[in-house]
Amino acid sequence: MVELLADPPVNSAMKIKFVSVLGLLLLPIAVWSAPQTFDFKDPKGVNNVVFKLDAPLESINGTASGISGSVTFDPADPSATKGRIVVSASSMHVGNPTMKEHMQGNQWMDVTKHPEIVFEAVEVKRAVTADNSTAADVMGKFTMKGVTKDVTVPVKFTYLKDKLKDRFPRLQGDLLVMRANFKVKRSDFGINAGKNEDKVSDEIDLSFSLAGMASR
Amino acid sequence: MKLFLRLAGLAIAVVTLALWFFGGMNRGWTKTSVMVERPDPVIPELTQRTWERRFLPGLEFLAGGLLLGGALAASAYLVRGPSAKKNG
Repeated sequence: MVELLADPPVNSAMKIKFVSVLGLLLLPIAVWSAPQTFDFKDPKGVNNVVFKLDAPLESINGTASGISGSVTFDPADPSATKGRIVVSASSMHVGNPTMKEHMQGNQWMDVTKHPEIVFEAVEVKRAVTADNSTAADVMGKFTMKGVTKDVTVPVKFTYLKDKLKDRFPRLQGDLLVMRANFKVKRSDFGINAGKNEDKVSDEIDLSFSLAGMASR
Repeated sequence: MKLFLRLAGLAIAVVTLALWFFGGMNRGWTKTSVMVERPDPVIPELTQRTWERRFLPGLEFLAGGLLLGGALAASAYLVRGPSAKKNG
Protein backbone atom coordinates (compact mmCIF):
# COMPACT_ATOMS: atom_id res chain seq x y z
CA MET A 1 0.00 0.00 0.00
CA VAL A 2 2.81 2.39 0.96
CA GLU A 3 4.62 1.55 -2.24
CA LEU A 4 1.51 2.37 -4.25
CA LEU A 5 1.11 5.82 -2.62
CA ALA A 6 4.77 6.79 -2.90
CA ASP A 7 5.85 8.63 -6.06
CA PRO A 8 8.09 6.74 -8.35
CA PRO A 9 11.70 7.98 -8.05
CA VAL A 10 11.64 9.43 -11.58
CA ASN A 11 8.60 11.65 -10.82
CA SER A 12 10.21 13.01 -7.62
CA ALA A 13 13.35 13.99 -9.51
CA MET A 14 11.22 15.75 -12.14
CA LYS A 15 9.32 17.63 -9.42
CA ILE A 16 12.57 18.84 -7.84
CA LYS A 17 13.87 19.98 -11.23
CA PHE A 18 10.59 21.78 -12.00
CA VAL A 19 10.57 23.58 -8.64
CA SER A 20 14.23 24.56 -9.08
CA VAL A 21 13.67 25.94 -12.58
CA LEU A 22 10.54 27.81 -11.42
CA GLY A 23 12.50 29.20 -8.49
CA LEU A 24 15.27 30.41 -10.78
CA LEU A 25 12.73 32.01 -13.11
CA LEU A 26 10.97 33.78 -10.26
CA LEU A 27 14.15 34.89 -8.48
CA PRO A 28 14.72 38.10 -10.48
CA ILE A 29 11.09 39.10 -9.92
CA ALA A 30 11.42 38.44 -6.21
CA VAL A 31 14.67 40.44 -6.04
CA TRP A 32 13.17 43.29 -8.06
CA SER A 33 10.08 43.60 -5.95
CA ALA A 34 11.67 42.97 -2.57
CA PRO A 35 11.81 45.87 -0.12
CA GLN A 36 15.24 47.46 0.01
CA THR A 37 16.83 49.27 2.92
CA PHE A 38 18.41 52.58 1.93
CA ASP A 39 21.11 54.09 4.09
CA PHE A 40 20.88 57.89 4.32
CA LYS A 41 24.27 58.51 5.86
CA ASP A 42 25.83 60.29 2.92
CA PRO A 43 29.65 60.18 2.80
CA LYS A 44 29.61 63.03 0.27
CA GLY A 45 27.71 65.28 2.67
CA VAL A 46 25.15 66.32 0.08
CA ASN A 47 22.11 65.38 2.17
CA ASN A 48 20.74 68.35 4.02
CA VAL A 49 17.69 69.73 5.74
CA VAL A 50 16.90 73.40 5.23
CA PHE A 51 15.11 75.40 7.90
CA LYS A 52 13.65 78.86 7.57
CA LEU A 53 12.10 81.16 10.13
CA ASP A 54 10.65 84.57 9.36
CA ALA A 55 12.19 87.51 11.18
CA PRO A 56 11.72 91.29 10.78
CA LEU A 57 15.09 92.20 9.23
CA GLU A 58 15.52 89.07 7.14
CA SER A 59 14.41 85.45 7.32
CA ILE A 60 16.72 83.11 9.17
CA ASN A 61 17.93 80.47 6.72
CA GLY A 62 20.07 77.56 7.71
CA THR A 63 20.90 73.96 7.03
CA ALA A 64 21.61 70.80 8.95
CA SER A 65 23.87 68.32 7.23
CA GLY A 66 24.44 65.65 9.87
CA ILE A 67 21.94 63.18 8.42
CA SER A 68 21.76 59.47 9.18
CA GLY A 69 19.12 56.75 9.34
CA SER A 70 17.57 54.25 6.98
CA VAL A 71 14.37 53.79 5.02
CA THR A 72 12.91 50.51 3.80
CA PHE A 73 11.29 51.11 0.44
CA ASP A 74 9.65 48.70 -1.97
CA PRO A 75 9.23 50.16 -5.47
CA ALA A 76 6.39 47.70 -6.05
CA ASP A 77 4.63 48.73 -2.85
CA PRO A 78 5.62 52.25 -1.71
CA SER A 79 2.79 52.31 0.83
CA ALA A 80 4.78 49.80 2.92
CA THR A 81 7.61 52.30 3.39
CA LYS A 82 9.05 52.49 6.88
CA GLY A 83 12.09 54.27 8.22
CA ARG A 84 13.84 56.66 10.51
CA ILE A 85 15.81 59.78 9.63
CA VAL A 86 18.07 61.32 12.27
CA VAL A 87 19.50 64.82 12.08
CA SER A 88 22.37 65.85 14.33
CA ALA A 89 21.22 69.07 16.03
CA SER A 90 24.80 70.31 16.35
CA SER A 91 25.14 70.26 12.54
CA MET A 92 22.62 73.12 12.28
CA HIS A 93 24.31 76.10 10.70
CA VAL A 94 23.37 79.70 9.92
CA GLY A 95 25.58 82.37 8.38
CA ASN A 96 25.75 84.62 11.46
CA PRO A 97 27.98 83.16 14.20
CA THR A 98 26.15 84.91 17.09
CA MET A 99 22.82 83.68 15.78
CA LYS A 100 24.23 80.15 15.50
CA GLU A 101 25.46 80.26 19.08
CA HIS A 102 22.02 81.38 20.30
CA MET A 103 20.23 78.79 18.14
CA GLN A 104 22.28 75.93 19.55
CA GLY A 105 22.11 77.28 23.11
CA ASN A 106 19.88 76.05 25.91
CA GLN A 107 17.08 78.60 25.30
CA TRP A 108 16.58 77.47 21.72
CA MET A 109 17.67 74.01 20.55
CA ASP A 110 19.84 73.01 23.53
CA VAL A 111 21.91 70.70 21.34
CA THR A 112 24.08 69.34 24.15
CA LYS A 113 21.01 68.02 25.98
CA HIS A 114 19.01 67.10 22.86
CA PRO A 115 21.57 66.10 20.22
CA GLU A 116 19.13 64.47 17.77
CA ILE A 117 16.12 65.52 15.73
CA VAL A 118 14.26 62.41 14.59
CA PHE A 119 11.52 61.63 12.11
CA GLU A 120 10.12 58.12 12.25
CA ALA A 121 7.75 57.02 9.47
CA VAL A 122 4.86 54.99 10.84
CA GLU A 123 2.38 54.81 7.96
CA VAL A 124 2.19 55.86 4.32
CA LYS A 125 -1.10 57.01 2.84
CA ARG A 126 -2.34 58.23 -0.55
CA ALA A 127 0.68 56.89 -2.41
CA VAL A 128 0.51 57.75 -6.11
CA THR A 129 3.20 56.33 -8.37
CA ALA A 130 4.12 57.53 -11.85
CA ASP A 131 7.22 56.12 -13.55
CA ASN A 132 9.91 55.98 -10.88
CA SER A 133 8.39 58.64 -8.62
CA THR A 134 5.90 58.25 -5.81
CA ALA A 135 4.11 61.06 -4.03
CA ALA A 136 2.69 60.08 -0.66
CA ASP A 137 1.63 61.38 2.72
CA VAL A 138 3.97 59.95 5.31
CA MET A 139 2.56 59.88 8.81
CA GLY A 140 5.10 59.68 11.54
CA LYS A 141 6.55 60.85 14.79
CA PHE A 142 8.71 63.94 14.78
CA THR A 143 10.97 64.47 17.79
CA MET A 144 12.72 67.75 18.42
CA LYS A 145 14.21 69.04 21.69
CA GLY A 146 12.90 65.94 23.44
CA VAL A 147 9.25 66.51 22.43
CA THR A 148 7.54 64.02 20.10
CA LYS A 149 4.53 65.01 17.96
CA ASP A 150 2.56 63.20 15.27
CA VAL A 151 3.04 64.86 11.89
CA THR A 152 2.00 64.16 8.32
CA VAL A 153 4.60 65.04 5.72
CA PRO A 154 4.00 65.05 1.94
CA VAL A 155 7.05 63.23 0.56
CA LYS A 156 8.14 62.63 -3.00
CA PHE A 157 10.16 59.44 -3.43
CA THR A 158 12.23 58.92 -6.55
CA TYR A 159 13.60 55.42 -7.04
CA LEU A 160 16.74 55.39 -9.18
CA LYS A 161 17.55 51.84 -10.10
CA ASP A 162 21.24 51.02 -10.68
CA LYS A 163 22.22 54.67 -10.21
CA LEU A 164 24.49 54.12 -7.23
CA LYS A 165 27.50 53.54 -9.50
CA ASP A 166 27.05 57.04 -10.94
CA ARG A 167 27.72 58.40 -7.49
CA PHE A 168 30.17 55.82 -6.24
CA PRO A 169 31.77 54.11 -9.27
CA ARG A 170 32.96 51.12 -7.22
CA LEU A 171 29.49 50.30 -5.90
CA GLN A 172 26.51 48.61 -7.50
CA GLY A 173 23.00 49.33 -6.30
CA ASP A 174 20.09 51.71 -6.25
CA LEU A 175 19.38 55.19 -4.96
CA LEU A 176 16.29 56.58 -3.31
CA VAL A 177 15.72 60.32 -3.29
CA MET A 178 13.26 61.79 -0.80
CA ARG A 179 12.08 65.37 -0.98
CA ALA A 180 9.62 67.11 1.29
CA ASN A 181 8.52 70.45 2.61
CA PHE A 182 6.50 70.91 5.79
CA LYS A 183 5.98 73.27 8.70
CA VAL A 184 6.15 72.84 12.46
CA LYS A 185 5.67 75.30 15.29
CA ARG A 186 8.57 75.86 17.65
CA SER A 187 6.10 76.43 20.51
CA ASP A 188 4.88 72.83 20.06
CA PHE A 189 8.39 71.59 20.78
CA GLY A 190 9.23 73.91 23.66
CA ILE A 191 11.75 75.91 21.63
CA ASN A 192 11.73 79.27 23.40
CA ALA A 193 7.94 78.86 23.42
CA GLY A 194 5.92 82.06 23.46
CA LYS A 195 9.07 84.19 23.56
CA ASN A 196 10.64 86.49 20.96
CA GLU A 197 7.80 85.85 18.49
CA ASP A 198 8.09 89.49 17.40
CA LYS A 199 11.71 88.76 16.44
CA VAL A 200 11.51 85.16 15.22
CA SER A 201 8.35 83.50 13.87
CA ASP A 202 6.74 80.60 15.69
CA GLU A 203 6.52 78.66 12.44
CA ILE A 204 9.56 76.77 11.16
CA ASP A 205 9.59 75.92 7.48
CA LEU A 206 11.46 72.66 6.93
CA SER A 207 12.46 71.15 3.63
CA PHE A 208 14.75 68.31 2.85
CA SER A 209 16.24 66.60 -0.18
CA LEU A 210 17.98 63.40 0.77
CA ALA A 211 19.52 60.54 -1.17
CA GLY A 212 19.81 57.08 0.33
CA MET A 213 21.78 54.19 -1.10
CA ALA A 214 21.19 50.46 -1.18
CA SER A 215 24.23 48.58 -2.43
CA ARG A 216 24.19 45.03 -3.75
CA MET B 1 44.17 116.91 17.73
CA LYS B 2 40.75 118.16 16.64
CA LEU B 3 41.65 117.70 13.01
CA PHE B 4 43.01 114.21 13.67
CA LEU B 5 39.76 113.11 15.40
CA ARG B 6 37.63 114.51 12.59
CA LEU B 7 39.72 112.85 9.91
CA ALA B 8 39.76 109.51 11.80
CA GLY B 9 35.98 109.65 12.21
CA LEU B 10 35.52 110.41 8.54
CA ALA B 11 37.92 107.62 7.54
CA ILE B 12 36.08 105.02 9.67
CA ALA B 13 32.72 106.09 8.23
CA VAL B 14 34.00 105.97 4.64
CA VAL B 15 35.72 102.58 5.06
CA THR B 16 32.60 101.12 6.70
CA LEU B 17 30.38 102.43 3.94
CA ALA B 18 32.76 101.14 1.25
CA LEU B 19 32.98 97.66 2.84
CA TRP B 20 29.19 97.42 3.11
CA PHE B 21 28.64 98.78 -0.43
CA PHE B 22 31.20 96.53 -2.13
CA GLY B 23 30.23 93.60 0.10
CA GLY B 24 26.92 93.45 -1.72
CA MET B 25 24.82 96.01 0.22
CA ASN B 26 23.48 93.25 2.47
CA ARG B 27 20.34 94.54 4.17
CA GLY B 28 20.33 91.66 6.67
CA TRP B 29 22.62 90.71 9.53
CA THR B 30 26.38 90.38 9.14
CA LYS B 31 27.45 86.89 8.05
CA THR B 32 30.75 85.07 8.12
CA SER B 33 29.60 82.26 5.81
CA VAL B 34 27.21 82.21 2.90
CA MET B 35 25.02 79.35 1.64
CA VAL B 36 25.76 78.28 -1.93
CA GLU B 37 23.21 76.14 -3.79
CA ARG B 38 23.92 74.11 -6.88
CA PRO B 39 22.16 71.14 -8.49
CA ASP B 40 23.71 67.75 -7.77
CA PRO B 41 25.73 66.64 -10.83
CA VAL B 42 24.54 63.02 -10.53
CA ILE B 43 21.04 63.36 -9.15
CA PRO B 44 19.27 66.40 -10.61
CA GLU B 45 16.47 65.91 -8.06
CA LEU B 46 18.91 66.95 -5.34
CA THR B 47 20.25 70.39 -4.51
CA GLN B 48 23.70 70.60 -2.97
CA ARG B 49 23.96 73.22 -0.26
CA THR B 50 27.35 74.18 1.05
CA TRP B 51 28.64 77.05 3.18
CA GLU B 52 31.47 79.21 1.89
CA ARG B 53 33.48 81.26 4.34
CA ARG B 54 32.89 84.83 3.29
CA PHE B 55 32.51 88.05 5.27
CA LEU B 56 29.27 89.75 4.33
CA PRO B 57 28.83 92.98 6.30
CA GLY B 58 25.26 93.61 7.34
CA LEU B 59 23.22 96.54 8.59
CA GLU B 60 24.53 96.35 12.16
CA PHE B 61 28.09 96.55 10.79
CA LEU B 62 27.14 99.62 8.73
CA ALA B 63 25.31 101.26 11.64
CA GLY B 64 28.12 100.46 14.06
CA GLY B 65 30.82 101.87 11.75
CA LEU B 66 28.89 105.05 11.00
CA LEU B 67 28.10 105.61 14.69
CA LEU B 68 31.73 105.07 15.68
CA GLY B 69 32.95 107.44 12.95
CA GLY B 70 30.34 110.03 13.94
CA ALA B 71 31.19 109.72 17.64
CA LEU B 72 34.89 110.13 16.92
CA ALA B 73 34.28 113.21 14.79
CA ALA B 74 31.91 114.66 17.40
CA SER B 75 34.43 114.09 20.16
CA ALA B 76 36.64 116.67 18.45
CA TYR B 77 34.29 119.32 19.85
CA LEU B 78 35.04 118.12 23.39
CA VAL B 79 38.78 118.50 22.96
CA ARG B 80 40.10 121.85 24.03
CA GLY B 81 41.98 123.69 21.35
CA PRO B 82 45.16 125.69 22.05
CA SER B 83 44.07 128.74 24.09
CA ALA B 84 44.54 132.07 22.37
CA LYS B 85 47.30 134.15 23.92
CA LYS B 86 46.13 137.39 25.41
CA ASN B 87 47.88 140.48 24.23
CA GLY B 88 49.26 142.98 26.77
